[in-house]
Amino acid sequence: MMATNTATFESAERVPAPLVNRRLRPRLARRIREGSIKMILIMCGAFSIGTTVTIIAVLSIETVRFFQMDEVNIVEFFTTSQWNPLLGAEKHFGVWSLISGTMLVTAVAMVLALPLGLTTAVYLSEYAPLRLRAVLKPTLEVLAGIPTVVYGFFALTAITPALKMLHEGFNVYNALSAGIAVGILCLPTVSSLAEDALQAVPRSLREAAYALGATKFDVSVKVVLPAALSGIVSAFLLATARAIGETMIVALAAGSMPRLTVDVREEIQTMTGFMVQMALGDVSNFGSEYSSMYAVAATLFVMTFSLTVIGGQVRRRFREAYA
Amino acid sequence: MSQVSDQRPGQSAKPQSISFRRNLDRYFVVFCIATASVSVAILVVLLTAIFVQGLPNLSWRFLTSPPSPDTTEAGIYPAVFGTIWVCSACAIFTLPIGVGTAILLEEFSPTSRASRVLHGFVQLNITNLAGVPSVVYGIIGLTAFVGMFGLFGSSSDPMFELGVRYYDQFLSEGDRALLVPVSRGSSPETVVQEGLTALLGDHRFEVNVIGESDPLPESSSLRAVTLRSDAEPGRISRKSWYYLQLPFGRGVFAGALTLMLVVLPIVVVSTQEALRGVSNSLREAALGLGATRWQVVWNVTLPAATPGIMTGAILATCRAIGEAAPVLILAGIVYIASAPGHLMDDYSVMPLQIYNWAQRPQKEFHALAASGIIILLAILLSFNAVAVFVRHRLQKSRS
Repeated sequence: MMATNTATFESAERVPAPLVNRRLRPRLARRIREGSIKMILIMCGAFSIGTTVTIIAVLSIETVRFFQMDEVNIVEFFTTSQWNPLLGAEKHFGVWSLISGTMLVTAVAMVLALPLGLTTAVYLSEYAPLRLRAVLKPTLEVLAGIPTVVYGFFALTAITPALKMLHEGFNVYNALSAGIAVGILCLPTVSSLAEDALQAVPRSLREAAYALGATKFDVSVKVVLPAALSGIVSAFLLATARAIGETMIVALAAGSMPRLTVDVREEIQTMTGFMVQMALGDVSNFGSEYSSMYAVAATLFVMTFSLTVIGGQVRRRFREAYA
Repeated sequence: MSQVSDQRPGQSAKPQSISFRRNLDRYFVVFCIATASVSVAILVVLLTAIFVQGLPNLSWRFLTSPPSPDTTEAGIYPAVFGTIWVCSACAIFTLPIGVGTAILLEEFSPTSRASRVLHGFVQLNITNLAGVPSVVYGIIGLTAFVGMFGLFGSSSDPMFELGVRYYDQFLSEGDRALLVPVSRGSSPETVVQEGLTALLGDHRFEVNVIGESDPLPESSSLRAVTLRSDAEPGRISRKSWYYLQLPFGRGVFAGALTLMLVVLPIVVVSTQEALRGVSNSLREAALGLGATRWQVVWNVTLPAATPGIMTGAILATCRAIGEAAPVLILAGIVYIASAPGHLMDDYSVMPLQIYNWAQRPQKEFHALAASGIIILLAILLSFNAVAVFVRHRLQKSRS
């Protein structure tokens, strides 16, 4: 009894303390303080804008410098697919072999992550009983929190040997293994973003469908999914951007042989893989092969940035629909 | 909206029987459970694969020794300390800027048209920055932090240095190390001549210079400070813990700043969510008592949002701990035998060390990588546990 009394007394004392102890400041001092704090906050906000500006400026300046070099041709860069800046007598910069490598890995990843992630999201949002949810959600969160280098290691030491057991033709480094690992990485992204989209569909739509005699399957697949379509498309786009930019997995498991192929058993090189190779190699800081890293980075940035922007646009339109 | 209203029953060719639809529903649930359990299965397989490979190697020695070509002796000690240095520095930079940005966006609602434009732009910018691949940040860090756009010379010959002393080291005829202070790391080599003074231990002595073929002096104390005129020095440096240079070079500082760019959007977004979760009545009550905007933020909103902000900060730190690509671009793979001693020191981080081991063809190194992964996952898991604890504990005490 005593204890509770003291507690209430203390907390009652604590609330008005700021008013009792603090002197009232003159209005001018207060305005200066408020103004300067706001300026500091605006500078914090400007920092992120500065980051974007720096990214764009650095990438474009270095890319322009790269295209001005003698052995580089901007038309060749964007139209051909022979990429050998390090080997061979003549250097060729045809970015398509790198883009095709990225596309191949991304395609494999999305073929895996999209159906799995979407079905998981539908199950989590519409069906899952609380007990199963309590297992699934943390599992997905843990999968999302595992560092990518771990997935790369997993691809190299577990997925590739398993693939080799199934089929003889797989190289030690291959696109399929890396793609599967990237798909696992993107699975939580897809499922959590898609689940958010499904949850945002108003209850009234579901109830209306039930009232018309729909089964749970009808409601989930024929009503909720179409209604959340733009959110799901946005989730797909963001996951694709993530897969395109993924680095450690492809650096470990996909190999370093740029080539234009759709054969997933082959060793390939992605744009990110090339950047890692450049950063690791003993390449001088000024040659065209080093500058090509910036051009590839710029290409990668444009691809992921536009996917992110389009994804954001799609989602924003979706938000308006049920606001 | 339109997709839904278009699906009128009249459009479908034939209504399906109720038993068919019920069966479909049942099968769909089974299908869903099967699909959803795939993720659980993946996690189990992944952890099993890593533990089977990594557990045999795991020992106290692995935690306390430097990496080595001999797989039975190799350890992860420098990488663990590198991670601690880089991620603490990263957290110190990121938290104020991230929380500040979030406060600007959430608490200082725009009053004029210009500030509304600024708010919208910053918000859009944060969303887009979150989608930039981390390897691109690595390349930006390489240009902006490691080389500082070449504005301050190259990182091997920095323009500005603080907390470092350079010496030319001679080996005297008495087999003692004589140190001759020089002003810069790039100054010309000291030439041995009469009147040269040098440090032996803590004391300064005048060097006794003798010709190339002159006989050595008898006394050993004189021999200790005797140099032949053709002696060649080696350049050494002594750096204090606060050593600073411009440009930053490939050290801890550049790594921390680059990781800051990677995790800043995460901190901003999670802080925004935490601030949004604070009920408006609290703010209005404080404003009604005559508090200014900042007083409301500092005394009311921030304390109430602390659990959410801390959870976000911990998760962002987890991301920084596990991030390998930008560090790989910045620091490359170099052999590091000790923990960093100052903010400009070379370093390795755990994911980088794991990558280094995993990319080698030998199975023994793969086992080392797996052991490193177990340590890394253990650290990340404990951080996550702290985040969950903070969220529950602090939320309870405030409600």
